[in-house]
Amino acid sequence: MILPLSKAEETVKVGVLHSLSGTMAISETSLRDILLFTFDEINASGGVMGKMIEPVVVDGASDWPLFAEKAKQLLDQDKAAVTFGCWTSVSRQSVLPVYEEKGGLLFYPVQYEGEEMSPNIFYTAEAVNQQATPAVDYMLEEGKKKFYLLGTDYVYPQTTNLVLLEYLLSKGVPIENIGGGFTKDDEGNIISAGKYTPFGHTDYQQIISEIKQFAASGDACVINTLNGDTNVPFFKEYAASGLDAETCPVVSFSISEDEFRGLPADQLVGQLGCWTYFQSIKSEANEKFVDNFMAWLEKSDVPGIVKDDRVTCSPMVLSYVGVYLWKAAVEQAGSFEPEKVMAELKKGISFDGPGGTVTSQENHHLTKNVFIGETRANGQFKIIKEYKDVVGEPFLKGTYK
Amino acid sequence: MTKAPAASKIQMPLLIVMAVFLVIVMPLLNVTGHIEDFTLNVWGKYLCYAIMAVSIDLLWGYTGLLCLGQALFFTLGGYMMGMHLMLMIGKLGSYNSDLPDFLVFLGHKKLPAFWEPFYSFPFAALMVFLVPGLLALIFGFLAFRSRIKGVYFSILTQALTYAAALLFFRNELLMGGNNGFTDFRTLLGANLREPSTQRVLYIVTAVLLVAVIAGCKWLTASRFGLIQRAIRDSENRVLFSGYATANFKLFIFVICAMIAAMAGALYVPQVGIINPGEMTTERSLEAVVWVALGGRGTLVGPVVGAVGVNALKSWATRAYPDMWLLILGGAFVLVVMFMPKGIVGIPGQIRDWMAKSKNRRENKKESDVPESEGEINES
Repeated sequence: MILPLSKAEETVKVGVLHSLSGTMAISETSLRDILLFTFDEINASGGVMGKMIEPVVVDGASDWPLFAEKAKQLLDQDKAAVTFGCWTSVSRQSVLPVYEEKGGLLFYPVQYEGEEMSPNIFYTAEAVNQQATPAVDYMLEEGKKKFYLLGTDYVYPQTTNLVLLEYLLSKGVPIENIGGGFTKDDEGNIISAGKYTPFGHTDYQQIISEIKQFAASGDACVINTLNGDTNVPFFKEYAASGLDAETCPVVSFSISEDEFRGLPADQLVGQLGCWTYFQSIKSEANEKFVDNFMAWLEKSDVPGIVKDDRVTCSPMVLSYVGVYLWKAAVEQAGSFEPEKVMAELKKGISFDGPGGTVTSQENHHLTKNVFIGETRANGQFKIIKEYKDVVGEPFLKGTYK
Repeated sequence: MTKAPAASKIQMPLLIVMAVFLVIVMPLLNVTGHIEDFTLNVWGKYLCYAIMAVSIDLLWGYTGLLCLGQALFFTLGGYMMGMHLMLMIGKLGSYNSDLPDFLVFLGHKKLPAFWEPFYSFPFAALMVFLVPGLLALIFGFLAFRSRIKGVYFSILTQALTYAAALLFFRNELLMGGNNGFTDFRTLLGANLREPSTQRVLYIVTAVLLVAVIAGCKWLTASRFGLIQRAIRDSENRVLFSGYATANFKLFIFVICAMIAAMAGALYVPQVGIINPGEMTTERSLEAVVWVALGGRGTLVGPVVGAVGVNALKSWATRAYPDMWLLILGGAFVLVVMFMPKGIVGIPGQIRDWMAKSKNRRENKKESDVPESEGEINES
């Protein structure tokens, strides 16, 4: 009878706030899985400051007001020391006021638009300069001169493309070589760059014919920030029109190994991706990480967990390193107090993760390696370029002149 | 029809108990610390849903108009309030600009003209009713004048919601696109992040819910309500008796849109976010399910359904994050199969069942008595 009591004293509650149902479940469930795996790994080696991690998993159900409710519940009722969660920007923005109001701590692991630095959020995510600008650098090195910007109509693509527009102009690319169109305000300032389609859009015929015209000179590429299953009709139409990775490569920022499970990979062979981790990284740390995760999956008794054809991808690894960075910060601070943990993170903590060494920065982001990969038919990426130790920078608009 | 007075006799004390509990007991327990701020806040959200559910019931249960677009009016009301709340953030946003963050994001230098008047709370409050009301008026006028009825009306309202959601998802509309509005700070000078402000908002919601129910009760008991139910049961007869049914339907449709919009306006400051995801067809359908589950054609039913389903959702997404959809779905199936009159219909069902089994026993005892006699006694 003494056992449960002492157990309660030696655990620390950690929130997991992802969508396990609804439209985002296909991506976010993997993050829940990797987090549970990480907690087990840490608990097996003694926990955090001697306390075992007790995960509190809640389902945000792709329902943004519900995310806010669940965040309140995690902080108020469960008194979670830290939360790992959110995928979409809208879910993060929905919970942001909650974490600020109640003084909580949230780790956010998915590539995003930047322009934000909440005192209560640590962004292990890729900032725009850890994905979009390195990809453009690579394209410029490859001799590409024309850039077509295409995305789903929401904050991440809109902001990324505005930053890219400034970046491309600063690199001497003339504005007529940037495709997709511009929207201007009354005074003639550009307020939106690129072509946008709604979520779940299926008709890409017209856009593809525009791209074909744009790419006729043979030195063009497409910067793709389309999100989710809308990539299927896009790439289908793209292949049908006779375009290919040789004549006009597409570099995508929202398609990782995990998304490939739902896409026809053979139609995307040769197309490019840019992330801070690929499963195909050849290092001892990565091999160990992938093996351990697969072994954990095999044994896992989480209800409904998918065990077959699993892969690892960048958002998963950024969740993984987030937990270890939090552990290190807690142990340095000697406290679970969010404010003290954040202070330690700001001082700079390094962790050797599956994607190489990452270091936390004063601006709540990470320094990490960036990789450009080429898609292969098996849904993996062949790494063709690596940029070492890229410093994450959230505020980029207006910085490239 | 003949059962209506009996039903309302049971409902009346239940309504009073519910009103006292929601308006007085809950906030008092919160002040004394017996109910957490979190719980009260979540209940504020449930009650907003309950108000919307009542508006659906007034349309569906009492007038026979199954509107699958009620979430649109709810969300529009929320957006109107949200616009005011966004402007009240002032320089506290992440860009320290007078413009709402998302406009700075999109590179705007000045506030679009149609945002300007929303600095005024009375204007925003007026718009909460006016915009959805006007939309309902125009849509309803066109639909009812063309004698669109039944399932066709439902499909049209569904299409309207879908179209509106697509429109609001677009950033060009300058209404925040996919992300919508969030990070609100103050309402009428009160800090929205204070528990006391949230408590006041809860009380306002609860009072309005009671007021809406009382208003609906009065309306449905009046001559108007009689025509309303007559339209539901046989519109052609009402039409032949010389009533302009289209006008009656239009009136009730607009009233219900405004009730839902009011609920949406109260919902936004309590939940802290409004985005087009709220006006999708699924949301409207979900709300219809609450009404069906609670018991349509009663005024307590929708409240029970809305609060019950959402409380179950809140609990299950924490307790059984992997299984909660199955739990919720199972509950729906059970209710649909075994409780055709919803949760509030259970006492009536039990009474019927007891009466029936009593009859059966009596019939067994005196098998020569004709069966019909029991039924005559009952009525």
